[in-house]
Amino acid sequence: MSRRAVLFAALLAIAAAVPALGDVYYTRFATQIAIYGMAALSVDLLLGYGGLITFGQAALFGVGAYAAGMLTAAGVTDALIVWPAAALVAMVFALVIGALALRTSGFQFIMVTLAFAQMVYYGGQSLRAYGGDNGFTVTRNTLAGAAVLGDHVVFYYVVLALLIAVVFVASRIVNSQFGLVLRGGRDNERRLAAIGFPPYRYKLAAFTIAGGIAGLAGALMANHASFVSPALMSWQMSGELLAMVILGSAGTLIGPVFGAAIYLVFAQMLSDYTEHWMLFFGPLLVLRVLLVKDGLWGLLVRLTRAGEAPAPPLDWSAETAGGAE
Amino acid sequence: MSFPLFLEQLFNGIQLGMMLFLMAVGVTLVFGVMRIINLAHGSMFMLGGYFLVTALAATGSTLLGLVLALALSIVVAVVLEIIVLRPLYARGPLDQVLATFGLTLFFNELVVVIWGREPLSLDIPEFLEGHVELLPGLSYPVYRLAITGVAIAAGALLYLLINRTRIGALIRAGSEKREIVAALGVNIGLLYTLVFALGAALAALAGMMTGPLLSIESGSGDPILILTLVVIVIGGIGSVRGALAGGLIVGIFDTFSRVLLPQLLGLTAGSGLTSMAVYVLMAAILVYSRTGLFAANRG
Repeated sequence: MSRRAVLFAALLAIAAAVPALGDVYYTRFATQIAIYGMAALSVDLLLGYGGLITFGQAALFGVGAYAAGMLTAAGVTDALIVWPAAALVAMVFALVIGALALRTSGFQFIMVTLAFAQMVYYGGQSLRAYGGDNGFTVTRNTLAGAAVLGDHVVFYYVVLALLIAVVFVASRIVNSQFGLVLRGGRDNERRLAAIGFPPYRYKLAAFTIAGGIAGLAGALMANHASFVSPALMSWQMSGELLAMVILGSAGTLIGPVFGAAIYLVFAQMLSDYTEHWMLFFGPLLVLRVLLVKDGLWGLLVRLTRAGEAPAPPLDWSAETAGGAE
Repeated sequence: MSFPLFLEQLFNGIQLGMMLFLMAVGVTLVFGVMRIINLAHGSMFMLGGYFLVTALAATGSTLLGLVLALALSIVVAVVLEIIVLRPLYARGPLDQVLATFGLTLFFNELVVVIWGREPLSLDIPEFLEGHVELLPGLSYPVYRLAITGVAIAAGALLYLLINRTRIGALIRAGSEKREIVAALGVNIGLLYTLVFALGAALAALAGMMTGPLLSIESGSGDPILILTLVVIVIGGIGSVRGALAGGLIVGIFDTFSRVLLPQLLGLTAGSGLTSMAVYVLMAAILVYSRTGLFAANRG
């Protein structure tokens, strides 16, 4: 077994043991981590493998939450229908947003995804029937007709199982030929196009898949919080998802789940200490970016393979990212 | 829509457009010269308003207050540039957006600590109160005309600065080939600080002037920042002309869609839905041109 697999198994064991602590608070906190981890993973799929810096993933997260909440409010209450439907709706949104945003690259892509996310945010605000700016409460979905998801432990294990499934599927995707093409586009789009792979289609497919994952996470969030509001789609949320990916390290799929855990535990600790925790978190994010040049993963790679001088996992220099030259 | 109403909305649109232009110039110059995307630009807009409230209270004079608030904004900008922005120039876009996003979180909380969570309000200076009758049936607030005038004046000064002065020549040269500019013995670090401070001052000025029209509160710069990014996507990044054209297009389009859409669609003025119109415009322009309207010719 590789070291990575051992690590993964150990983490899984820890995650599975959380409800054994016997405190609902921890179980709910772990549920939250798993949900944000799933959303952050969807960002990593684009960022780490496609080189696409999306500052709008919260919109798709929110669309999934709204779709789940609205379906539930309309009387379709079973998770087996609601959750896939929420993911599907988010995929449709991602397809449309991606089709437009992917016409641009580099800095413009960041701005365009941010702008479209804001548009979706305003869309959520305008839904007067669903509370407008204040949002609306959602009752928990049933699972195959049984009202078992109200139990925090059961819900946690369902979320955890889905997260594992998503990690598995995502790692199959990035290791497939599709994933190879995606990474090829990240590294050099022109060469990729020259050997017959139109990068746009592959990036759009990845954007849509990532949207579906974010949408599923959103549906879970609607259940977890029993509440949906436009705040889920705010630009801060998109920024936080990106920060989670970077805290954990991009291009690893499992890293962002760590990142979500680090972020949420940290936020919780700081907010226990002061209500103005953002005052400290903002500068910490700046320091993290300034001091650790190529991410924790890059740091690990450098530490474990000293002397080998491995290529950094990702090249974020402005030159390769395109920009508007 | 009657003609006076049309004209009134057109003026409102131009006023919003010029404010967006002041914002967009900073983002686009900083990108053009330093190749950095600064998400903390909205914070400068917000801080401008807060600084003005404090400066007015401290000096009791509109003019002195404005000067003091502008000076404060410039000091903050210079400190930011030296401490945070400089190390970011060599980094990729991801590091840049994350670090400047972190700054936004910091400033949004800092103003709560200093000025409290309650929104502050600014009064219109006495000599700019009241309305002026532009046409029979069209009386327009003096203040809005005044700030539009100031923004146009600032734009004209900027034009002279960029096209007629040595600093402007360096800025233009820097946005073409900054390595060559540095190699010619120009203090490129100083130039960067200058460009950043200039952009921040214009953003702060926009924040001060719109202070009496909007409320000054934590996060009030964020929606303006995102609208500014739309302006830049539409106008083309790195182009001052694009910032002006994009600002006016977005300002006028947004103003009219807020008036007309509720009438056309029979909405009960759903503010969210009318806010979306401008993004639809952006999508349409992206279909027409990937790089915005003025990207090719910077300057």
